[in-house]
Amino acid sequence: MKGLINDPEKVVDEALEGFARANSTIVALHTDPNWVGRAVKRESGVAVVSGGGSGHEPLHAGFVGDGMLDAAVPGAMFTSPTPDAILAAIEGADTGDGVVLIVKNYTGDVLNFEMAAELAEASGHQSRIVLVADDVAVENSTWTAGRRGVAGTVLVEKVAGAVSAAGGSLDEVAKAAEEMSAKVRSMGLALRGCTVPHIGEPGFELADDEVEMGVGIHGEPGRARVAMASADTLTDELVDAIIKDGEFTAGNRVIVLVNGMGATPAYQLDIVYRRVAQRLDDLGITIERSLVGNYVTSLDMEGVSVTLASVGEDMLKLWDAPVHTAAIRKGF
Amino acid sequence: MALGTDWVLQWTALAAQAAHEHRVELIELDRAIGDGDHGENLDRGFTEVEKQLESATASDPAQVFRTIATTLISKVGGASGPLLGTAYLRMSSSAKEQLEPGDLAAMIEAASQGIQMRGKATEGEKTMVDAWAPAARAAAAAAASGADCIGVLEAASKAATDGAENTRPMVATKGRASYLGERSAGHLDPGAVSSSYILEAAVRAAR
Repeated sequence: MKGLINDPEKVVDEALEGFARANSTIVALHTDPNWVGRAVKRESGVAVVSGGGSGHEPLHAGFVGDGMLDAAVPGAMFTSPTPDAILAAIEGADTGDGVVLIVKNYTGDVLNFEMAAELAEASGHQSRIVLVADDVAVENSTWTAGRRGVAGTVLVEKVAGAVSAAGGSLDEVAKAAEEMSAKVRSMGLALRGCTVPHIGEPGFELADDEVEMGVGIHGEPGRARVAMASADTLTDELVDAIIKDGEFTAGNRVIVLVNGMGATPAYQLDIVYRRVAQRLDDLGITIERSLVGNYVTSLDMEGVSVTLASVGEDMLKLWDAPVHTAAIRKGF
Repeated sequence: MALGTDWVLQWTALAAQAAHEHRVELIELDRAIGDGDHGENLDRGFTEVEKQLESATASDPAQVFRTIATTLISKVGGASGPLLGTAYLRMSSSAKEQLEPGDLAAMIEAASQGIQMRGKATEGEKTMVDAWAPAARAAAAAAASGADCIGVLEAASKAATDGAENTRPMVATKGRASYLGERSAGHLDPGAVSSSYILEAAVRAAR
């Protein structure tokens, strides 16, 4: 593959080094094992820690900072971090008030975070795991490893961080994260697969006239391969699937995230957002807040995901609470 | 003849060699139904295992298995790190200084149970369990019918190879491949295949 790479084996280490130097007032990089903490550790408060495979930048390290995460644990490309790295982050971030671990529902992530939580418990760290499983593309959890956690993770991390910043207890932070996790729904599509650097070939091949519908954030498929169509038609398919799945009816208020997968131009994300807004207007659903951009990417995958979360006044307040991270800044 | 620490070390060396030789093949199998990192992760894990064993003094099988377990858990990541790590941890718990045929069968059964517990998986879900569970049954049957150590390991290895092959028509219901649903049928499960290579290395080490 062609890319701005020195050594395929070192892409994660080198990217983290660059990220940390570029954002040195916000984050501090710890190595061997890798985890990213805040530049200045808080003196008290429930630590919110997340992590997962690398290749989804700015998730998760980009969301470390005031009002959001206390630490992020990046694994190898598309590979969950190992228990010792997660444990190091827990030990480093815990102020003594406990740790909420926000975990995307993938077999590897769940296994490694569970093992780390057990190890942390043994050394006196209280923790709660909150699973994010917002991907509606995976319909029947009896026949799969369960719904995947995808772009909705950003919303869960944001509200957890807001409750913690407001002085919430371990239970309160976990509860807010669980509530958002239960409300948020996403679905994505890919126009072109992505390439893991040390493998050098695309994870899957799509013909010019094909779209992978219901794709996960590693490019792994979900629903079906469909024919290429207009932006509106494809967006409708995403919105329909989400609306059908969640509790989205006239009178609802929602947060919308239109997320780029890494190689989708900004103008195309805006075109998708336009259609999402039209559809929600038609349904009588009020868009309270919106976010459009690359927040949960899949390396160089060309594609988009749509996320909706139906929210009340309390959740909106948490969403609006000040945040200062490398990837999201507002209210400061 | 019973098997001891030398066998475990030789097994590990051959397993590491297999992980390296089959790296690309396992990546390709995983690309078809997963995310393509299985060969990479396994090779990285076993390379590190060899490094760790070089610097450690290996006194008994249990200790070697424990070193392998902690190294795989801390270096592999993904699902296969904790799953294989748990398998080795269970083998460490059930291992004796000198392993007789019945001990080997019990050890493989412990590994199989550990994987099923950690992954909350059972047979027929197109995972590494489909190699380990039949291997454990075959090893127990061979030991019960009076096979020697090599005989028990041969039975386990053959059953694992057949078990891996049997994953081809299965529709995955666990792990990354489950998102493909029906489209996962027709492909071998990479975790079952790599597990069969690991058990094959156990036989070759004993011969």
